[in-house]
Amino acid sequence: MIYYKSIKELPREERLASGHSMCAGCAAAIAMRWLAKIAGENAIITVATGCVEVTTTSYPYTAWRNPWIHSAFENAAATASGIDAGIKVLKRKGLWRWGDTKVIAVAGDGGTVDIGLQALSGMLERGHNVMYVLYDNEAYMNTGIQRSGATPKYAWTTTTPVGKVLKGKLQIKKDIVGIVLAHRVPYVATTTVAYILDMVNKFKKALEYTKYGPTFVHILTPCIPGWRIGENETIKISKLAVETGMWINFEYEFSKFKVTTRVPKRKPVREYLKLQGRFRHLTDTEIEEIQRIVDENVKRINEMVGEEVIGPVVEEKTSE
Amino acid sequence: MTLPKWYEMPLAGTILEPGNTIKIKTGSWRTFKPIIDQEKCTRCRICWVYCPEGSILELEKPYVTSKGKKFNITYEINYDYCKGCGICATECPVKAITLVREEV
Amino acid sequence: METTILAKRRYALTGNYAAAYAAKAVDVDVVAIYPITPQTTIAEKLSEFVANGELDAELVHVESEHSAMSAAIGAAAVGARVFTATCSQGLELMHEMLFIASGLRLPIVMAVPARALSAPISIHSDYCDVVSARDSGWIVLIASNAQEVYDLIIQAFKIGEDKNVLLPVMVAYDGFLMSHTLEPVILEDDYEVRKFVPKEVNWITLNPEKPVTMGPLVGPDWYYEIKYQQVVAMRNALNVINKVGKDFDKKFGRRYGLLKTYRVEDAEYIIITYGAAWEFAMEAIDKARNDGVKIGGIGITSMRPFPEEEIVKILQDKKAFVTVDKALYFGISTSPVHMDILATLYKYDVRIPCINVVHGIGQRTMFVKDFVETIKMCVKVAEKGKPEKEIIYMGLRT
Repeated sequence: MIYYKSIKELPREERLASGHSMCAGCAAAIAMRWLAKIAGENAIITVATGCVEVTTTSYPYTAWRNPWIHSAFENAAATASGIDAGIKVLKRKGLWRWGDTKVIAVAGDGGTVDIGLQALSGMLERGHNVMYVLYDNEAYMNTGIQRSGATPKYAWTTTTPVGKVLKGKLQIKKDIVGIVLAHRVPYVATTTVAYILDMVNKFKKALEYTKYGPTFVHILTPCIPGWRIGENETIKISKLAVETGMWINFEYEFSKFKVTTRVPKRKPVREYLKLQGRFRHLTDTEIEEIQRIVDENVKRINEMVGEEVIGPVVEEKTSE
Repeated sequence: MTLPKWYEMPLAGTILEPGNTIKIKTGSWRTFKPIIDQEKCTRCRICWVYCPEGSILELEKPYVTSKGKKFNITYEINYDYCKGCGICATECPVKAITLVREEV
Repeated sequence: METTILAKRRYALTGNYAAAYAAKAVDVDVVAIYPITPQTTIAEKLSEFVANGELDAELVHVESEHSAMSAAIGAAAVGARVFTATCSQGLELMHEMLFIASGLRLPIVMAVPARALSAPISIHSDYCDVVSARDSGWIVLIASNAQEVYDLIIQAFKIGEDKNVLLPVMVAYDGFLMSHTLEPVILEDDYEVRKFVPKEVNWITLNPEKPVTMGPLVGPDWYYEIKYQQVVAMRNALNVINKVGKDFDKKFGRRYGLLKTYRVEDAEYIIITYGAAWEFAMEAIDKARNDGVKIGGIGITSMRPFPEEEIVKILQDKKAFVTVDKALYFGISTSPVHMDILATLYKYDVRIPCINVVHGIGQRTMFVKDFVETIKMCVKVAEKGKPEKEIIYMGLRT
């Protein structure tokens, strides 16, 4: 179901206070601002160590208006599991007087795909009623742009620098959605900040579906210093990721798969890559390789859906 | 500023006042300042939707353009918090927002 | 859900089962547990209780000990009463979370059937794992028999949840020697135990009514004071442990405190130890007394906070003392508890001859005659008139 049909219907009340120290133009800030709005008052949020945690809770200030806890880096899912268990038993014993309190865990790509993978897997396997939000800026950004398992191939990071011998990350981006799907959870979705309605509807659905079990929302959140883009380019880059097929907005409701942002005419990946300083060193061969991989993935997705939801690459003819 | 003593602080560094980052005026970060041209603005809500800070305020302030177009709401930038990222200016579909160099 | 109420009766229980019954007696809310030898039977018994409806608790079968403590922290943060258990490698794996639990001031209780550390891997008991956790800001209590395991775990909830303390508590005891040995244990009526440890959530919790932020990033202008709050809480724990021990005696007829003493009133020499070794020491004291040696004993119950004043009060007028540690240090030739005692005595300007013995490493068998031997060493060092510099590794093949 679609909860919000147009941006006019989106709730006005700000639940994440201004004054936090996320970078100007940070996509994670956009994502968290909307997550806080959709979560509402009756939600406990636990955030792993990372950009969001550090910039929103620098003592003695907090940007959060929800009950909130940070415990460590790799255990957002485990802490959320404990919160979920605590609320359940306290409700049973008549000691929880706040009704249907939701539990949300938030972590970055480092804290989910690498160090947080075990805790995430445990939480998913145990079937806790927790919504897990992964804000993916494709590296360990908070510690200064080091590569993570979610860093895409060829990307520059400080630990995969571009030198004479090695140029950027050697490995492909870890398929965390595939890993999460293997746990057979009620709801898994990918989204990105340019498509606010898509993102907000998925937040709402993920929150609603926690009544069936764990839900997972994976957001692509471009990072200004980390991707070497302009402060005002966040939405443009996020949109290009989808328009080039490098990122696909979809959802799995139990096993029902749906691509939620159709792309009838796909842009070539060059359009996305050339705007980011972290890909500046890419050779034409490498860009062709990336294009090929995206083409194959798009073909696979279209076959899964049984319809061409992501169209072919159409070069934009620019008049000189 | 006198900082509190150990017995004057809540235990474990827990922060009791929700959303008190509003005391930090991140507007001081700006180099460029966005200015909304209320004449051009169509009240599409896009700048408000995308602002990472929530520093564009959606106000129940009626406005009539010089051409007589009536609106019930007005968007205003809260310069206390606007970091000057410029996303609003970039995404505005009618280019109603311009970035102006801050006074030094 | 109905819980089975036991009337006060004596049972034959292992230390682990005693721990499980104690957790059931206090009506624990959340148990986050991951199996590790020799703790597994605690997890199994608690699972049985929940499966039979005798205990209404959420069992979180976590995927590692690190997640066990993380889940415990999450549950305690919403105001649940939490219990977990681990030792050795598990305790080490959750090491960072121990500091976080105590830093967040959450009164979690953990049973630790102490087991030696890898490498090489050993499943047998010694206290090196507990010693490595001493710095974590947890209250560390040590039981010397299965009754004490049951009694101390019940008290641990009352101590940890005291509003002047608000610290997590671990109750340690010898793995296998105590965790798996049947002993007579008096179990109290569950209702009476719950009256002794009523559920009062004295700590700030996460709820939508008063939304707080726990675990923020703290800079140099603030961190020190927050840590000092913990120092003060530990200090308060000294009194609280004594008080709860007295209250426990009043209600259940068994007296507890920061330490146990045996025949110290007219003693000239003292033997100090902890855990199962204490029971050996008491037998050795009786034997030595028969041979005319005026020896008394101190069994340490509270390893942290360390009972500085009590120890000084007993030791200051004695001729000599011997510490028998079931843990060792590398790189400094003093064993862990002996070091605490030496630091304390020196600070209080008490200098008496003493000798440091390490025994039982990796569950090397300890005999009563070994403890009798240490008492003889103690007498000899008194004659020497100054502390023995060399540490004695008893039971070692040299």
